[in-house]
This record gives sequence, structure tokens and C-alpha cells, in this order.
Amino acid sequence: MSSSSDLDLVPAIATRREDALSGLGKMVSQGLGWARKYSLFQYPFVTACCGMEFMAVAAARYDLDRFGAALPRFSPRQADLLMVVGTINVKQAPILKRVYDSMADPKWVVAFGVCASSGGFYDNYATMQGIDRIIPVDVYIPGCPPRPEQVLDGIMMLQQKIQDQRHQLIGNEPPALPAKG
Amino acid sequence: MSQAALQKLKERFPDAVTQTYVGKGGDDVALVKKEAVAEVCRFLKDDPELQFDMAPYITAADYMGSEPRFDLVYQMYSTKKNHRIRLRVGVPESDPVVASVTPIWKGANWYERYCWDLYGIRFEGHPDPRRLYMYEEFVGHPLRKDYSLRGRQPLMPERTVDEPFRGPGPTGG
Repeated sequence: MSSSSDLDLVPAIATRREDALSGLGKMVSQGLGWARKYSLFQYPFVTACCGMEFMAVAAARYDLDRFGAALPRFSPRQADLLMVVGTINVKQAPILKRVYDSMADPKWVVAFGVCASSGGFYDNYATMQGIDRIIPVDVYIPGCPPRPEQVLDGIMMLQQKIQDQRHQLIGNEPPALPAKG
Repeated sequence: MSQAALQKLKERFPDAVTQTYVGKGGDDVALVKKEAVAEVCRFLKDDPELQFDMAPYITAADYMGSEPRFDLVYQMYSTKKNHRIRLRVGVPESDPVVASVTPIWKGANWYERYCWDLYGIRFEGHPDPRRLYMYEEFVGHPLRKDYSLRGRQPLMPERTVDEPFRGPGPTGG
């Protein structure tokens, strides 16, 4: 790990919201964050050549398993990390949105490569200029394609981000179901 | 490679084949009139000396400003005789309709859909005249020179991102 992220969780200046959180809630949040950042089940949404780099980084030499993100789930229902690997064009945007919507909370998104991040050099009639035009993105990994080290760095940044987020055991309201009929 | 094929084509269709020449790299090219495409292709496939049995690679080019505006290009190959020729067919913008060669070669199906999708050249008698790449909601033909350079037509609402290094948003530029 790059820093002692497990230890420097408590910020020096407590905000009012953190004051309001009970000590137990804080402990639960930290524990859940710790558990969640080391068990990232990813859904690789692979559309283009970055997929080869994704395979490289997931295979034994660079080994995403060291970060607890080894197991790709091929159903978005079982995943909590959406890795958008490759160019997303306009025709594919509704599919990506649907995949994102069918993932269960909590969920995170990584834009893998410059095409997913900003459209890359595909500045044309068919390509969406970055997936953040339709879904929120947590970590952008630049590169065409990114080096495996960059991907690992991005994963570690995401872990740091997850650890710093506020997690709850209960109280996360499920999204409302659409009305029948 | 196939001057003989070109010669034969010229003798058989003196009216339809307006010009033949040897292009760069030694490709043998024949300029064919639009009305005679189906007839010429049928001949090229069925003639026992020519036997262009493989479906041609069909694409188009847009020479905006000249007449005829479009150029349909058929890259022919014979697996039996191992020779190739290329047909160029001028297509005017006012009447961009050409006879389909899908009844002759089944494999021409997607190439003709491609030309319809990206250049807007319609093929008479095509069994499945849909777009190939773009979605049905798409308006226009993006590889035409007068299509807006980055005219995007999103299928769903997109957030606008104010960033100088990104391309323009959903409405294009």
C-alpha cells in the first residue's frame, strides 16, 4: 500500500456531521469500509482493445487479487465495481446505463483508459465523450492503454476512497420500485 | 493481373464500360455506368473464363463538389482464377440508387447496408435494407462530407461537461 490508509482514518478536524455520528457508527463505518475495499467484485464492461490490458493486469504477473479485486462477476447483480474498459459509443450508452442501474448498492465505477474517461481521440459522430456523461465515475485511469501499474494505482486510489467514505449497516434506503400498472 | 478480364468486359459491354485504366499499384479498374451494374456483375460471376465467385468488397467515396458526387467501388476477386479487378460506379447525388448485387453474391449484403448507412446510397432489390452500424434513430449519413464534423445524436440524455480538452457535447459542433 502507498500509505498507512488503515490508520489515518480520523481526520484532524471533526466536522459537525462526524460529531453527530456516534462512536459506534464510526467504528461500523470504518469496518465496513475496510471490508468493502478489500472485496471488490468487479464487472468488466470490456468493449475495446483496453480489454487486453485488463487481462494483463488481472492475470498472474500483475495480479489484481493482491488487492482483493480478483474475481470478475459476469452479472452486474453480483458486482460492486463497474470497470468500463474501452470506447463507449452512442449506440452502447443505454446498455452501459442499464448495467450500472442493475448493480446493487454500494457500487463504484472505474473509467479504464482514455476512451472511457474522455472519448480519447475518437472525437467523432459515434463516440461518447467520456462515460461520466451518463454515469458517475469514481476513478479515471488515463492511458491508451494504461500501463498495469497505472491500473493498480487506480485501484489503490479507489480503495482509499472507499475507506474514506461513510458506510452504514442499515439505513441505506433501497431505491423506490416503479409503480405497478 | 487481369487485363484479359477487363478486355473481355469491354468487348461484352461496350456501352456500359466507359473507361478502363491501370491504377496505382497495378490494379485494373473499369468505370461502369450505374444502370448496368447488375448486368455486369452477373456476367463477371457466370462467365466461365472470369468466375468472380467471391463477394466483392463494396465501399464508397464522397467527392463532394464534383459530378457524379459518389463513387461506388467494387473490389472483385476470383478464387478459381486468382485474378482481381475493380469496378468504379459513379452515383449522382440526385438519384443515389443502384441495383443490388446481393441476389448475385449473398456476401454483398452487409457491404451494401454499410454503404446505405454511412453514405446514403440506396440499393434497389436489397433483401434487408437497414442500417448496419448506426442506430435506427440516427438521422443522416455520417461519412458524407457535408455531415457535421462532430454531430452526435445521443440516444439518452447526457450531462454536459465543461472542459476544454473534451470534445463537444451531445449537440455536437
